[in-house]
Amino acid sequence: MATAALTAERENYLNQEYGIKSWLLTVDHKRIALLYLLSITFFFFIGGFFALLIRLELLTPAGDLVQADTYNKLFTMHGQVMVFFFLIPSIPAVLGNFLVPLMIGAKDLAFPRINLLSWYLYIIAGVLMLHCMLTGGVDTGWTFYTPFSTAFSNTKVIEAGLAIFISGFSSILTGLNFVVTIHRMRAPGMTWNRLPLFIWAHYATSIIQLLGTPVIAVTLVLVVLERALHLGIFDPTRGGDPLLFQHLFWFYSHPAVYIMILPAMGVVTEIVPCFARKRIFGYQFVAMSSIGIAVLGFLVWAHHMFVAGISLYAALIFSALSYLVAVPSAIKVFNWTATMYKGSITFSTPMLYAFGFVGLFTMGGLTGLFLAALGIDVHVTDTYFVIAHFHYIMVGGAVMGYLGGMHFWWPKISGRMYPESLGRLAALIVFLGFNLTFFPQFILGYLGMPRRYWQYPPEFQVLNVLSTAGSTILAVGYLLPMVYFLWSMRYGKVAPDNPWGASGLEWMTPSPPPTFNFDAPPVVDWEAYDYEHIPAPQEARSGG
Amino acid sequence: MSEPIVSTKTNIAVWLTLLVLTGVTAGVAFVDLGPLNTIVALVIATFKALLVVLIFMHVKYTSEKLVKVVVISAVFFLLLLLGLSLADYTTRLLM
Repeated sequence: MATAALTAERENYLNQEYGIKSWLLTVDHKRIALLYLLSITFFFFIGGFFALLIRLELLTPAGDLVQADTYNKLFTMHGQVMVFFFLIPSIPAVLGNFLVPLMIGAKDLAFPRINLLSWYLYIIAGVLMLHCMLTGGVDTGWTFYTPFSTAFSNTKVIEAGLAIFISGFSSILTGLNFVVTIHRMRAPGMTWNRLPLFIWAHYATSIIQLLGTPVIAVTLVLVVLERALHLGIFDPTRGGDPLLFQHLFWFYSHPAVYIMILPAMGVVTEIVPCFARKRIFGYQFVAMSSIGIAVLGFLVWAHHMFVAGISLYAALIFSALSYLVAVPSAIKVFNWTATMYKGSITFSTPMLYAFGFVGLFTMGGLTGLFLAALGIDVHVTDTYFVIAHFHYIMVGGAVMGYLGGMHFWWPKISGRMYPESLGRLAALIVFLGFNLTFFPQFILGYLGMPRRYWQYPPEFQVLNVLSTAGSTILAVGYLLPMVYFLWSMRYGKVAPDNPWGASGLEWMTPSPPPTFNFDAPPVVDWEAYDYEHIPAPQEARSGG
Repeated sequence: MSEPIVSTKTNIAVWLTLLVLTGVTAGVAFVDLGPLNTIVALVIATFKALLVVLIFMHVKYTSEKLVKVVVISAVFFLLLLLGLSLADYTTRLLM
């Protein structure tokens, strides 16, 4: 008890300095992670608000809540905000920022100031995006397809494009920082084969951020140039090729899905061994499958374009390559389940999210194989089947992983425990709400309901009502953790250093960690996930 | 880090070369060379990119393996983008 009391009062990254300036000018990766946490939560609720309006409009077959043009703006801005301002920065910029140096035994990231710069770039981009939304918005779909975006849309395409262009640089800088940090700042003894798999997942993600993001940046600049200066790059009436836009856009935007899902896989890979009390099954395979996904993810982009007019030969190649990505993804799923096999499993909140992730990601991944098949893709292109598929990956996968990670590391981040029973309830609500929202959309899409319309034939109403009902349940599931995380900061039990009995350097330093992470530089002489030799979880104590 | 890796003189020379080559690219666009127009523009652009990467980005002066790996990966992924896009462009049926 005496040690715990000392831990609670000691200096840490939260209480070392106070005042707004100490936050806005901080170069501490943990504080920057919290700045990101606040900012992306703000954008998550804006994107969620658009989503609820979309679902409310689709409650009835008639277009009665908003006008068609407004509806176009709603789904566009829902997509742009959720993809570029929530999902892409979510796990890397919050949990990655907080944990990468801690997990490898470093004092900070390699470039602390560039880390702060990346947050400011994100904020500049976010303010520009907000301004765009408040002064009329944009209606091109999150995909900016040409020639609509360059020659026909009367909305704020240039402003939205520039906002995403700037947020891209924030993403590139985060990726750059992680690559250099992971190469250069590992503690003595922390070899590549001892790295936590969360780090491998972030390394793979950073490769995509570094190599893919410049392509979307250049592409958006070309859209702006064509729209403003009427250059003939994508516009067929000026000798351009609209499919060139799609090639360039999806060269980034397909791997971008892996920017969202790989870190979530990293989170799940930390959670599963901890709550199964077993060493991860097939460490090397899980690590290499992250790299495999990052590389193969760059070879499949044209499966978004099968009906757009690409050659049949190219379609065949991209279809075959798309099947290949399933291999490393399946390796991960099999390894998580093999880790659980004969494990001593506890159904704690993070583990519930991990279970949710494995199930929902598998559903999303398998329906992705349907879409990689040329024949089926022709039938379901631009229908709700596609919407359901990618929401199973991006919400069922990435957001579940993010929430699982937030619960797992919340004691480390805040120094407080969240209420476990409410946590489990929220995880259950999210899982049920998610499936009720998106499963009906698979059926709707297969029956032929197209995406991006604000009206639909009356025979689709029952399934749409189910989906809308699910979205309200899902919203409750997302609000709950926000409420009890905030509550726990004041009233939660004081977290011990290692409340889960988890492996990894981040659990060997106090909760919350000191500014420079470790009191003494750590030296690693053990293998990763050595759960046979890790002490049992420590008890939390009541706090004031 | 007090000594600059590249001298100001070299930097200015490279900058002027880049400006001249931009002028050449623009000028050549007004001369009808048939399919050669694209080739000339691409050759000049590649040369300019090389100057930027090797000198402005200091790749020529580094012996660091990590930098080399990054450069090689970037070129490799660019080739993927070009190669797989060409798998579409070169096999489209002209209707």
